[in-house]
Amino acid sequence: MSLCALTLHEASERLRKRELSCRELTAAVFAQIAKTDDRVHSYITLDRKNAEACATKADEAFRIGTPASPILGIPIAIKDNFLTRGLRTTCASKILGDFMPPYDATAVARLRAQGAIIVGKTNLDEFAMGSSAENSAFFPTRNPWDSERVPGGSSGGSAAAVAADQCIAALGTDTGGSIRQPAAFCGIVGLKPTYGRVSRYGIIAFASSMDQVGPMTKDVRDAALLLETIAGHDPADSTSVKRAVPNYAAALSGEVKNLRIGVPKEYFVAGMQQETEAAVRAAVRQLEKSGAAVEEVSLPHSEYAVAVYYIVATAEASSNLARYDGMRFGHRAQAKDLLETYLASREEGFGAEVKRRIMLGTYALSAGYHDAYYLKAQQVRTLIKKDFEDVFRRVDVLITPTAPTTAFKIGEKTQHPLQMYLSDIYTISVNLAGLPALSLPCGFDAQKLPIGMQIIGKSFDEATILNLAYGYEQSTEWHKKKPAL
Amino acid sequence: MRSERTAMVKYEPVIGLEVHAQLLTESKIFCGCSTRFGSEPNANTCPVCAGFPGVLPVLNKRVVEFAIRAGLATHCQIARSSRLARKNYFYPDLPKGYQISQYELPLCVNGYVEIDSQTHKRVRLTRIHVEEDAGKNIHDVRADASLVDLNRAGVPLLEIVSEPDLRSAEEAPVYFRTLRAILQYLAICDGNMEEGSLRCDANVSVRAQGSDALGTKVEIKNLNSFKAVENAIRYEIQRQSDTLEEGGTLLQETRLWDENREVTRSMRSKESAHDYRYFPDPDLPPVIVDESWLTQIEATLPELPDRRRARLIADYELSAYDAELLTARKDIADYFESAVAMHQNAKAISNWIVGDLFRVLKERKLDEQLTVSLWPIQPAQLAELVKLIDQGKISGKIAKAVFDSLLDSPRSPADVVAEKGMEQVSDSASLDSAIDEVLAVHGKQVADYRGGNDKIFGFLVGQVMKATRGKANPLMVNAILKRKLAASNAS
Repeated sequence: MSLCALTLHEASERLRKRELSCRELTAAVFAQIAKTDDRVHSYITLDRKNAEACATKADEAFRIGTPASPILGIPIAIKDNFLTRGLRTTCASKILGDFMPPYDATAVARLRAQGAIIVGKTNLDEFAMGSSAENSAFFPTRNPWDSERVPGGSSGGSAAAVAADQCIAALGTDTGGSIRQPAAFCGIVGLKPTYGRVSRYGIIAFASSMDQVGPMTKDVRDAALLLETIAGHDPADSTSVKRAVPNYAAALSGEVKNLRIGVPKEYFVAGMQQETEAAVRAAVRQLEKSGAAVEEVSLPHSEYAVAVYYIVATAEASSNLARYDGMRFGHRAQAKDLLETYLASREEGFGAEVKRRIMLGTYALSAGYHDAYYLKAQQVRTLIKKDFEDVFRRVDVLITPTAPTTAFKIGEKTQHPLQMYLSDIYTISVNLAGLPALSLPCGFDAQKLPIGMQIIGKSFDEATILNLAYGYEQSTEWHKKKPAL
Repeated sequence: MRSERTAMVKYEPVIGLEVHAQLLTESKIFCGCSTRFGSEPNANTCPVCAGFPGVLPVLNKRVVEFAIRAGLATHCQIARSSRLARKNYFYPDLPKGYQISQYELPLCVNGYVEIDSQTHKRVRLTRIHVEEDAGKNIHDVRADASLVDLNRAGVPLLEIVSEPDLRSAEEAPVYFRTLRAILQYLAICDGNMEEGSLRCDANVSVRAQGSDALGTKVEIKNLNSFKAVENAIRYEIQRQSDTLEEGGTLLQETRLWDENREVTRSMRSKESAHDYRYFPDPDLPPVIVDESWLTQIEATLPELPDRRRARLIADYELSAYDAELLTARKDIADYFESAVAMHQNAKAISNWIVGDLFRVLKERKLDEQLTVSLWPIQPAQLAELVKLIDQGKISGKIAKAVFDSLLDSPRSPADVVAEKGMEQVSDSASLDSAIDEVLAVHGKQVADYRGGNDKIFGFLVGQVMKATRGKANPLMVNAILKRKLAASNAS
């Protein structure tokens, strides 16, 4: 097996035992990128020189026997909506031009502090708005399992990079499914933590009340290790929560006995891919056999989630994206006066989907419409949250499909925004409710495309999700399958 | 202004003020940058206040504390939970494309300020909320470009909104001054209008006398002094009354006060008003104020103008008028009390302050200047000056001369008196001889006086003072002169 195919915990163990050097591991990752990225297009920017320097430093740290973090010397890919000091950050948008961040996002700073090696910045839908990584201003990323298909989005570049072994692990962000849906499409593990678990400082904001940073990895243990590294209160983010961070990886037992699993009936609907439903139901049966208690539950307001999301998220985005005005950084059009400068800079700088969402959000907040749209959506959001609170009095976790279908073809939905929006139908409610959820592989369809299963947990109960996922993963081989590249 | 009298009689003005007060915190409201005024452009900035991608605001707790102080001092209800909200609009001095302010749930509501200690008239406060200031666009440095200075971006402000309770142009600055005094007493705003740390917009409408309905409201911006507040409102009342008198209709609009031409000019109408698309800022959790914090802040509130005025009247037997003048600003009241602590003649010290000191401050345009340390005479000097008079060492008249030579000098009044030989001559031997000389030279006048012309006495005193270059103790001169004139008369 190639070195770049190692999981984070496997690589870490071999580094610790000095069977492998960080330089070798980093070289293997860059070799894999050189070999495959002209087909996959995971990366927007590579940081090879700095990565090699960091690998040398990490080797030195191992040599002198510094107490090693499991992240020390591990090559990690970062979605290009995280600010990385001195490394170009584009958010896959032309409006940022060659923006060079003056500081690191907190999650990135924490990785660096633990000695992680930043490989580069991965592709995404512009401003994380999309479900296919096709809305990038640069190029679409392709699914490593089938280059005619999308990797999902918006963290499509990170998901593809992990699946294609172009890194050991990656970070993504998830506002409506942007970690979990691409994780499902690419056959990897993706975890969206509880809102407030990981600092949002230095993440280019899309929808502030839902954006959350999370790991995208080759298996569940890796997700636990990466989450431990990046989680925890950050004084620079007032919405990050002051709660101790558990040792998620150390707590993994795989024991699922007496765990109460709820299966929400609203998540198995006409129109979903049969193979997806079958794979998820089979996984649930398997967990039941392992001793978990399964019951059908109801989340009655689920049908409103997509509508609510596309009001709340776009409203926040319309305001968050106002700072891209061509004044202080990024693209500025030459125009005759101030208004023209604003209009032309934003017209040239933003792509169609971003403009669509800015317009939707601006409308939803406008005088005369604010109450009918924004306010109503917030009220329904409260009902959706309450649905989850109600079922979580009876069960410990919920299991659903991550997406209604496996990866779709490139170009298939680009002309149909509404259809594209529906590919997040199972992930969006979780963001509205601020809950943690994880996607992991649970099978393949007839096209040999990965199917993802979503485990939703109680607020700040990532430990239970991870443990259940680990228990399931231990009894399957899905996560070990690799795309042929 | 032909219709001034008719219009003023027929229409009643209804006025409310929106005051913006810059808070005296060390750092900005959402980041750690300094709030210092007058730094190099963009020196006090960071990614947060410059609105870079990815940054998040963190609320400065001190800002909330200051706002609560203001709320408590103006009898407001303090919200136990309030929210920050985004006010969205594009402008180069607004880095994020929105201002973080408060909208639906402000920190303080339903307060009042008493503006007249005699009538106890109250101006009700609708709300006090916290918000961030914008930066500054600079248009006159380069011909080919406008520049943006973000030093002020993120400096904390209080917005204090009054109910439309003011009824005349003269009442508006009275309220504004009272409010400024309160903010200064609380040590949360320096009140410096020239540097823009206190700013004011006025909402003005007029209605038929006796009517309860509100007329069409006009907002006036750019009121940068008490004088501007008064003049702009007076102009606006007149303009609105004239318009109605001539059968015209008023537009709901925003107008700008043109200080030079002394007129208001239309800035934008209601139709072109911004739609700010307010919504709660998802980056900031609700501001929670618990009872113990509130109690703690309440316990540290200083003595406010009303109470201090009453105390000065009671403790120092000052007139209500003098007490009002001395307590209008905290720094003046502090000046007064520290002088009195050094020499217990409150009445005289008060007279010197409201008389000569205020005159000098006004002449030098220091009357809006809030740093007592910059004043030309310090409390210790004034106290000593009064003491010299009270000890009979100098006359009141000499004291004025000493006062003038003390201006801008740190010297002690006693030194000035000694150096210039200004000490009062009180020893009878030298006065005797000076008086004898005057009597000898002015034989005719002496004869007139003795002939019954009492008015001549003043002339003779004047001559003695002149002979002694003003230094003679006037009480002694009077006594000795009377004695000598009487004695000669008798002989």
